[in-house]
Amino acid sequence: MKFATPMMLTAALLTAACASKRPEDRPPPPADVAPPAGQTAPQGNVGEAVVPGSAADFKRSVTSDTVHFALDQYDIDAEARAVLDSQVAWLRRYPQVRITIEGHCDERGTREYNLALGDRRANAAKNYLAGAGIDASRITTISYGKERPIALGSDEASWAQNRRAVTIVVS
Amino acid sequence: MPPLRLTLIALLAAAPSLAQAPQTPPPAPAQAAPAPGQQPPPLEVSVTGGISAPLPIAIPVLPAAATVQTPAGSTDELGAKLSEVMTADLKNSGLFTPLGGERLRAIGYDEVTAPQFDYWGGTGVQALVQGFVRANGDGTLTVGCYLYDVFAKAELTRQGFVVSPADWRRAAHKCADTIYARLTGEGPYFDSRVAYVSETGPKGRRTKRLAIMDQDGANHRFLTNGQSIVLTPRFAPNQQTIVYMSYVNDQPRVYVYDIGSGRQRLVVENASLTFAPRFSPDGRFILFSMAVGGNTDLYRVSVNGGAAQRLTTSPGIDTGGSYSPDGRQIVFESDRSGSQQLYVMDADGGNQHRISFGGGRYATPVWSPRGDLIAFTRIAGNFRIGVMNAGGGGEKLLTDDWQDEGPTWSPNGRVLMFFRATQGSSGRADIWSVDLTGVNLRRLPTPLDGSDPGWGPLRP
Repeated sequence: MKFATPMMLTAALLTAACASKRPEDRPPPPADVAPPAGQTAPQGNVGEAVVPGSAADFKRSVTSDTVHFALDQYDIDAEARAVLDSQVAWLRRYPQVRITIEGHCDERGTREYNLALGDRRANAAKNYLAGAGIDASRITTISYGKERPIALGSDEASWAQNRRAVTIVVS
Repeated sequence: MPPLRLTLIALLAAAPSLAQAPQTPPPAPAQAAPAPGQQPPPLEVSVTGGISAPLPIAIPVLPAAATVQTPAGSTDELGAKLSEVMTADLKNSGLFTPLGGERLRAIGYDEVTAPQFDYWGGTGVQALVQGFVRANGDGTLTVGCYLYDVFAKAELTRQGFVVSPADWRRAAHKCADTIYARLTGEGPYFDSRVAYVSETGPKGRRTKRLAIMDQDGANHRFLTNGQSIVLTPRFAPNQQTIVYMSYVNDQPRVYVYDIGSGRQRLVVENASLTFAPRFSPDGRFILFSMAVGGNTDLYRVSVNGGAAQRLTTSPGIDTGGSYSPDGRQIVFESDRSGSQQLYVMDADGGNQHRISFGGGRYATPVWSPRGDLIAFTRIAGNFRIGVMNAGGGGEKLLTDDWQDEGPTWSPNGRVLMFFRATQGSSGRADIWSVDLTGVNLRRLPTPLDGSDPGWGPLRP
C-alpha cells in the first residue's frame, strides 16, 4: 500500500487515537531510554531488540497474523489451521498476553450483513484457538465488516485478501 | 374587499416554529370563472407507470408586502430565494418542468391573488404558483402561496406559513409540498431531512462522520467529528434523536444521538456487537441486531433501555430489520436458507416466512411508509435497488450500477435514496435518489462523499 499523502496521514492520526489500539500505531520509545523498571507488559521494539512476548515478537514468530476465508464463508481451512497453530504455540509461551481478533470482509457484501459475517470469522478463529487450549478469556473479537479493507482493488485478488481474521496482541 | 383567509391544514397545527398564517393581506381577486360548458379537464400530474410528460409550471419571484430587512436577508431577496427553492423541489421530483426565479416576469403584490392568466397562458405553462412574503411585527415571516390552473383560470389551492426568518427554506418546501400534493395526489415530502454518513479519506481508512441535511442538501451539519467509525443512522419518528452504530472505544455498538443536546447514549449494555438499529413507528422501541459468539439475531429494546427481547433464534445471520408502518410486522434478511433472503415476521418474532425467491441474494429490506412495498438491495453480479410487494412478488429493479446499496424511503413512499459505491481503489461513494418507477435518477449534493442515507419523516 502506498499512502504517502497528507490526507492519509491526517486520517491515520485522527483514527489512531480512538479507533485503533494496535501497538504498531504507538510511537516507539526512544532508543536510548530503557523501559521503566518493573514494567511487565512488553511494548515492542526497544532499540533494535524485539521484546519477547511483544506484538513485534508475535508477528516475527508466527506463520502469519492473518487467516483468510472463501467468499461468504467462515470455516477454518487447512491453511488457516496451520497459521492458527503457529499462533497457539506462541500464545502458550506467553500466557499473560491478551489478543483481539479482527474479522473483516470484502466489499461485495452489504454493510450490515458484513458486520455479522466479520463477527463470524473472528469467532471462528477464536473458537479454533480456544479449542487448541488457549483460554477464551484472553481473546476478544471485533468485526469491521467491509470498513477496513487491506487491499484496495475491486478485483478477486483484493477481495480474497480482505476476507480475513487478524490476530492483534493487545498486552 | 375582505381579506383572504389561508387554508389551514391539520398537520401544521402543533408546530410553534412553523405555524399557519391566520390571514393574508393581498386583496381578493374577482375570480374569472370559466364559462359553463367550457370547463377544461382537471389539471393533474399522472404518477402511475412512469413520468410521460412533466407538467410545465411557473413560479415567479414572490413579491414582498414591503421591503424589510430580516436576519435572513431582505424580504425582496427572500422572495427570489423562495421561488428558487420551490422551483428546485418541483424540478427534482421529476414530475414538473418548472420555470422560476428572476427569469420570469416580476409580479406585483396586488397581482398575487389576481393572476394574469392570459399572459401566463401565452408562455406555455399549464400551472402557476404565485405567492408573497411579508415581515411581521414580531420578527416572523408570513409566506403565502397560491396554485392556479392557467387554462381553467381557477385557483386550485392556497397555503400560508409563519416561520422565523432562519426557517425560510421550510416555508418554501411547505409551499412546494402543497403544490406537489395537490397536483399529483401523492403525499408531501419536500419538507424533510436526511441523516447519513459523510465520508472522506483513503479506502482502507475512511473517516466517517454522522451528518444531517435537508432532503435537497441544504442546512448541512456534521454531528460527529470522525474519530470513530459511524454507520447506518436513522431518524426517530419524532426527529429529536438519531439511532446509529458507532465504534466508540473500539466497541461497535448501537447509540442514540440527541440532536438538541449533542449527547449520545449507549442503547444496550452488552459485551457483544450490536448494529443495524431501527426505530419502531411509534418511537417506543429500537429494533437491532446483536452478534453473540458468531450468531446474529434480531432483538428489540425500549428506547429507555432495559432488557432486550430476542425476536429470532435461527443459527444464521438475521439482520437488517424494518418495521411495517403499522408496527405489527418486521421484514428482515436472513441467510438461514444458505444465502441472504428476505423474511417477514410478526413484531413479536412469530410467523416467520420467506418472501424473496428470485435469483441472487436479497438484503437491506425497508418497508414503505405506505405499507404496500418493500425496497431492498439485490445482489446478483451488480448490487441493485429494487422493490417488491410487501407479501412478496411483483419485483421491480430500479437501478443498475456496480454497487447500489441501502435504500431509504421518502416520507410519501414515492422516492428512494440509496448510496452508490465507486469501483476501484478510490473507495468513494455518493448518495443518489430514484423515483419509485425507476426514472429520475439523481445524485444528491453533499460536501464530501456520502453513504448510509436514512430519510426522516415529514417535518411537522
